[in-house]
Amino acid sequence: MVELLDGVIPPLLWRVLLIVLEVLAIVLPMLGIVAYLTYAERKVIGAIQLRKGPNVVGAFGLLQPLADGLKLFTKEMIIPTQANRGVFLLAPVLTFGLALAAWAVVPFDEGWVVADINVGVLYLFAISSLGVYGIIMSGWASNSRYAFLGGLRSAAQMVSYEVSMGFVLVSVLLMAGSLNISKVVEAQKEWGWFIVWQLPMFVVFVISALAETNRVPFDLPEAEAELVAGYNVEYSGMAFGMFFLGEYANMILMSGMTSILFLGGWLPPLSIAPFTWVPGIIWFALKISAILFFFLWARATFPRYRYDQLMRLGWKIFLPFTLLWLVLVAGALELTGKLPNMGG
Amino acid sequence: MFAAVLVASGVMVISSRNPVHSVLFLILAFFNAAGLFLLLGAEFLAMSLVIVYVGAVAVLFLFVVMMLDINTAELKDGILQYLPTGAVIGILLLVELVALFGSWGFAPDVEAIIQSQTPPIAQATNTEALGMLIYTKYVFLFQASGLILLVAMVGSILLTLRRREGVRHQKIADQVARTTETVKLHKVQTGRGI
Repeated sequence: MVELLDGVIPPLLWRVLLIVLEVLAIVLPMLGIVAYLTYAERKVIGAIQLRKGPNVVGAFGLLQPLADGLKLFTKEMIIPTQANRGVFLLAPVLTFGLALAAWAVVPFDEGWVVADINVGVLYLFAISSLGVYGIIMSGWASNSRYAFLGGLRSAAQMVSYEVSMGFVLVSVLLMAGSLNISKVVEAQKEWGWFIVWQLPMFVVFVISALAETNRVPFDLPEAEAELVAGYNVEYSGMAFGMFFLGEYANMILMSGMTSILFLGGWLPPLSIAPFTWVPGIIWFALKISAILFFFLWARATFPRYRYDQLMRLGWKIFLPFTLLWLVLVAGALELTGKLPNMGG
Repeated sequence: MFAAVLVASGVMVISSRNPVHSVLFLILAFFNAAGLFLLLGAEFLAMSLVIVYVGAVAVLFLFVVMMLDINTAELKDGILQYLPTGAVIGILLLVELVALFGSWGFAPDVEAIIQSQTPPIAQATNTEALGMLIYTKYVFLFQASGLILLVAMVGSILLTLRRREGVRHQKIADQVARTTETVKLHKVQTGRGI
């Protein structure tokens, strides 16, 4: 097909068109998945709390997310008079856009990736650290005390947990020997899944992911009892919808990161016949779903952390522990001679 | 284009009247600098710029500026007062830069230095090449900068450290240890209540 269209469309335009198609191929399924994640969340929590969950709209309530989306679309968007208009409108767009932009470097299967860049892991880390801006900007621009407090809390929380997350990343990358995400997954072919070697880091990473995405038990930014709804209290209609979608897209992204770093991405659990027949993308989706289920399970199970406990956990426990583990990993790799050998 | 936006947002940083907008423009400037690095092929530097400056430093800036609650009208009045000092410093810096560029020259053995780099840079990826240089040739400078940062950190902690009497800390180990005396555990059957 490429040869057929050669000459009809100029090559530059053709490349741009291809990129646009690739982006659409990720974004559109992503939106659907996000919508049905909210459905899954309500069903799972319903089951845990001995309720039925959504069951009225469509069979088993399957059309509920669509109905909710439609409702959000048709609602009026209110901008508070004292709000800072530009920043107020920019914040939800930023949250949502960043959550989607990160998927550019995630490989869904061998070679199924939009941009296979050499510093992919750093790119993911950078994008996830930018997520805080959407929240802090919305909190400030709303010109409301509740929103502002929620924004500040969440910013402090995300910055704190990023530090230990960085150390977790480094100790995984020491074993993988590359910042390229595809190579990180490839390295787990030789090593076996990194969760086997780095189980404590896996635990730290999942807990930090909960904190990064502001999920229970770390959902202090939207502690209903104290802050009404936190940073997004002044938003309505589709602006609120974008925050909502962005938050859930971030959850999926964090699960994707966990499965790439620790659960072998698209690799099957064992490289023998019945497992290798299943395409890699199915394995990847299964792993993501398992971690997402854990996220939902945690929401139904745990009470909220107090703010000082949250900070204590981040700075006094995770940070020293990950640092110690990093030194241990580096030492063990050096002693066994398994340290990745670079050029010189 | 990145350079143009960079300069424009740099101007906006100092000219915008709302300090929070200034910080937001500063973030935009950081982004464009990262974009320039990317165009130069220095992807590792670009990413670390975004992570360190945009992801951490600018957040703290934003934090402080939002908490300060500065009256912008007062700031506007002060601008004439500080203008002469600022202008003098600016001119001094400009003169220094011009003098530096005037005497710019390559060291005589520059060709040899370029040749002697350990791995062929063109083959190694960005990250590897940077690591090779920092941890071999410039290892002492690298350690020294780390030490400077450590001193700065210790200093700022010392400046803000206050000891207060009568603070009651939560002892988590004690709390966890007291299950049997005060708390009664029930084994609840699934699907029933208590």
